[in-house]
Amino acid sequence: MDYATLLQLLDSTLRLGTPLLLACLAGLYSERAGIFDIGLEGKMLMAAMSAGAVAAMTGSVWLGLLAAIAGSMIFAILHGVASITFRGNQLISGVALNFLASGITVLIAQALFGQGGRTPPLTGDGRFNPIVLPFAEALKDVPVLGPLYFEVISGHSILVYAALAFVPMTWWLLYRTRFGLRLRAVGENPASVDTAGVSVKGLRFAAVMITGVLCGVAGAYMATALQAGFGREMTAGRGYIALAALIFAKWRPWQALGATMLFGFFQALALRPDVVEAVVGRKVPVSMLDALPYVLTVLVLAGFVGKAIPPRAGGDPYVKER
Amino acid sequence: MDRIPRWADLALVPLVSLGLAALISALVILAIGQDPMEALNVMVTGAVGSAYGWGYTLYYTTSFIFTGLAVTIAFHAGLFNIGGEGQAQLGGLGVALACLFLPWPHWSLALIGASVAAAVFGAAWAAIPAYLQAKRGSHIVITTIMFNYIAASLMVFMLVDVLRPEGQMDPATANFPEATHLPTLNQIPGFNLIFTKDVPANVTFLIALAAAWVVWAILWRTRLGYQIRAFGKPGAAAHYAGINGFRITMIAMLLSGGLAGMMAINNVMGEAERLLQNSASGAGFIGIAVALMGRNHPVGVVLAAVLFGFLFQGGAELGLWTKIPIELRTVVQGLVILFTGALDYMVRMMLARVFALFRAPAEAKGAA
Amino acid sequence: MGDAQYAIELKGISKAFGPVQANRDINIAVPKGTIHGIIGENGAGKSTLMSILYGFYKADAGQIFVDGKLTPIPDSQSAIRAGIGMVFQHFKLVQNFTVLENVILGAEDGPMLSTSLTRARKALADLAREYELDVDPDALIEDLSVGHQQRVEILKALYRQADILILDEPTGVLTPDEADHLFRILKGLKDQGKTVILITHKLREIMEATDNVSVMRRGTMVATVKTADSSPESLAELMVGRKVLLEVAKEPANPGAVVLSVKDLRIKDDHGVERLKGVSFDIRAGEILGIAGVAGNGQSELLAALGGMMKASGKITMQGVDLPLSGKGADGQSRRAAGIAHVPEDRHHHGLILDFSAWENVALGYHNDPAYQKNALFMDNDALIADTEKKMARFDVRPPIASLPAKSFSGGNQQKIVVAREMERNPTLLLIGQPTRGVDIGAIEFIHKQIVALRDAGTAVLLVSVELDEIMSLSDRIAVMFDGQIMGLRDPATTNERELGLLMAGMNGEAA
Repeated sequence: MDYATLLQLLDSTLRLGTPLLLACLAGLYSERAGIFDIGLEGKMLMAAMSAGAVAAMTGSVWLGLLAAIAGSMIFAILHGVASITFRGNQLISGVALNFLASGITVLIAQALFGQGGRTPPLTGDGRFNPIVLPFAEALKDVPVLGPLYFEVISGHSILVYAALAFVPMTWWLLYRTRFGLRLRAVGENPASVDTAGVSVKGLRFAAVMITGVLCGVAGAYMATALQAGFGREMTAGRGYIALAALIFAKWRPWQALGATMLFGFFQALALRPDVVEAVVGRKVPVSMLDALPYVLTVLVLAGFVGKAIPPRAGGDPYVKER
Repeated sequence: MDRIPRWADLALVPLVSLGLAALISALVILAIGQDPMEALNVMVTGAVGSAYGWGYTLYYTTSFIFTGLAVTIAFHAGLFNIGGEGQAQLGGLGVALACLFLPWPHWSLALIGASVAAAVFGAAWAAIPAYLQAKRGSHIVITTIMFNYIAASLMVFMLVDVLRPEGQMDPATANFPEATHLPTLNQIPGFNLIFTKDVPANVTFLIALAAAWVVWAILWRTRLGYQIRAFGKPGAAAHYAGINGFRITMIAMLLSGGLAGMMAINNVMGEAERLLQNSASGAGFIGIAVALMGRNHPVGVVLAAVLFGFLFQGGAELGLWTKIPIELRTVVQGLVILFTGALDYMVRMMLARVFALFRAPAEAKGAA
Repeated sequence: MGDAQYAIELKGISKAFGPVQANRDINIAVPKGTIHGIIGENGAGKSTLMSILYGFYKADAGQIFVDGKLTPIPDSQSAIRAGIGMVFQHFKLVQNFTVLENVILGAEDGPMLSTSLTRARKALADLAREYELDVDPDALIEDLSVGHQQRVEILKALYRQADILILDEPTGVLTPDEADHLFRILKGLKDQGKTVILITHKLREIMEATDNVSVMRRGTMVATVKTADSSPESLAELMVGRKVLLEVAKEPANPGAVVLSVKDLRIKDDHGVERLKGVSFDIRAGEILGIAGVAGNGQSELLAALGGMMKASGKITMQGVDLPLSGKGADGQSRRAAGIAHVPEDRHHHGLILDFSAWENVALGYHNDPAYQKNALFMDNDALIADTEKKMARFDVRPPIASLPAKSFSGGNQQKIVVAREMERNPTLLLIGQPTRGVDIGAIEFIHKQIVALRDAGTAVLLVSVELDEIMSLSDRIAVMFDGQIMGLRDPATTNERELGLLMAGMNGEAA
């Protein structure tokens, strides 16, 4: 494999890893607060449809982004009501919302546009277009690093850079602020927060809402940056891969970046079976590359690659003990 | 805590949940500019208005009984098996291998052989998450989700790279030999008086009903069932009683995976008569809704499976005859899971309030 | 209006959980700068009352006065603002946070953590000096001993400027040394003018540490007296409401052959800490061996190992046959087959399945009993129900309805179901842990009589209880456990509470 091909692969990695990263960070907030969320997929899908629809109708991608966040938030609030207010089973709620999203997105898109559940193709300001970073052109010819900067780092949409920026922000919020301390505490032992006079429900709702916002951005990226419009089931299991990445990262932000980029790399490879064949020396079925993130996650879960200990209060609705 | 009578808990809670799901679905239909009454009409006519419609409804019902029972039996062991979809696909692989590579003289023998293969393959796919849960503490919900995706990839690999006949374009196996074709209901004496046209519902329906009885008998009439239910309850009483948690986890998941796998004799052997990609087409997930709606009891599961069979066939009819997309059924499915599974406490609370309203005047009268 | 000489005054507090009236019209006044004890049996409503004072529960009726001012306390935040701090029986700490993080949680100075952490580090150093409250501020909670974790809870309260400190059963999990240390801390707090409310069911602590004591019984406040003017006997009588007959009528034991021989039994927990450090004893047919000790000194592990619930090393021999302590055959089924019945310490967690009916619970552990099988495939539920009804009648379980779920019975009747299941099999050896915890007086007497009757019928009984009175009145021999070891064996006829208390505290005058 030559350097140019590698750069292409890395460029795809970043492009494909971004929605995973956004969704993974989204899940991190919720799960760190003790609310399991296997509904990342559904929220992304809802967001993607909202973004595609509104961007198509208004021609403004920014309005599309807002709509995406709003659409995702509705589902986040539903999940919060079911699992926090009514102490329902968080896993079942997540499963339910995924189905709901899968169906309702097609229904809405079909009702609005009548194009078989798709939104119309987006162009121009209806999409987040690539940004060429400063000096990218000028530095292009610097050996090794120049092309890396030009090909891989520069030339993505604003949401890619936003996603990358969310990583240190999340780290800082989690470990350096009062909110982060309380958020982590409520996921480990909600009674500690409750007896300290802080609202468990309030904190958990806040976390679930942040999850909604980030899933909203992830969905918007899918429909307005990665692709030009919404299509049915367009998230194609990315919510679950993000969940896998979250476990792989053991619920930590920097590791989430690593895990999602690794899984993004697998996806990039799956698009280039020719490269894999050239490197490995024989034909590798694409399906095997597709399965890699899941297999890795199972290995992590099984404790073969370090031990993944989820937040201790994860999945349990908080009831004051008697 | 307000209490509600047992009959209400068993019957009313699922019915109210269903009512809420139906109400919201009707609102959704209205919101997309269609007529809910017309939709209901189309669904009823298409799914249960004729023997032909029933022939499709029961076909779906058969699959959902298997996957619903799969979720149910795991649930009683305290395990949430979301992996029914992958296990059903693997079951399909088992069926395909049995039908394609073994010479069967008669469909009845093929049915037995394929059932065993389906159950074994489905169980094997459930065995790994079960083992990881029992021995290494990996959360079975997450591992079974992962195994669904791994199964999907594996099936693509098998169908594209291994089982696809030379020269065929679509990723599928060859057609199964004639001798493995199962009799559909219109070919079974007795049933053929009702079903006069060719329908997909087949002899597997009877096997599904038998499976429901077997699951009931296992859970409530055998030592194994006692141990499964004891193990599935909160606390460590099963450990105290000397019930082997590893063994029960494995057995419950093997049974669960086996049941999910056996769904394949309905759709792969009984209907498609070859193995296609994504053969389970969501039935594994619908099993979750069916089990929740059916209150994790085989009788409830059969009833809920009929309901979802109706929904599935009716939903398909909607897609054909109205402007309502077929995805409406996914919406209803999500709503049913939401209300019966996650908002179950809300529904109970609502009912408790209503019962309190009726009780309060009675008590006031008693006091006076 | 309240009276300003009282730090806390509660007037007419009532609280019900569903049909259970946990507190009924409670009045209490706690003078400033005193240590005030609240004593009562399990379930008397002490913890509920204090949780109301801390805003953890909302009272159905009543008023709270703090420093003479009417102070509504709808939530814990209000309690903290009113200067009330609480140390719960089960600590409310985040296990993988440091001490500092736990201390500032909920009491941060601003949105950024760094300033809070700096201030808390200094404050903790000051508090440590003042009150013997030394804890490493950077240690993770999960690495601390229980005693140190409790100190963190006290530090949390003091860091929040609490003037009134409530402690709920603080010594239940402490070693005697740690408990002494705790009482020194509490005295120090009192000397600084703080008010301490101590909830306990241990009379000794009340007598030692408190200025005044209030007695609760079944949700009501029975009396408040000066500790100096009361005696353990009078307080005990107030607690239970009538003269306590703790003596159990029994003939001298007539011990037979050795039934169980335990040699050098050792258990390591998940963290690799040794919880049983080489325990050896024999127990004979027809005798009751009582194991005394403060909770958490290895008694639970001992029961669990003998009952096949926990892996151990060493050697146990039952009537000449070695029983495995790990691997195959070290489980509850094999133990039952060997003639060992086990009434576990925790009936909610181990002894019963609360969602199961009474008859399903009677099969727990005995589901393989041939009497409960119809044929090779199916169980005989009718036989099981009939057997349950028989047992319920014999043990006077009320209501005697076999199909009722276990959770619908009272604590005493639940315990009777467990005891009936285990005793009615005439086991060779009965393991019985905390037989009367959370059980009403009537049921206590009944269960005690059954234990003695079983002994007289020739069963070897191993009795574990943290209630010294129970051990003294039932046992034929007493072994005292401390820190995973048996400190000594005593004859109940010749020993006394003082001697046993010293052994329980790890002080051993002579060789065991």
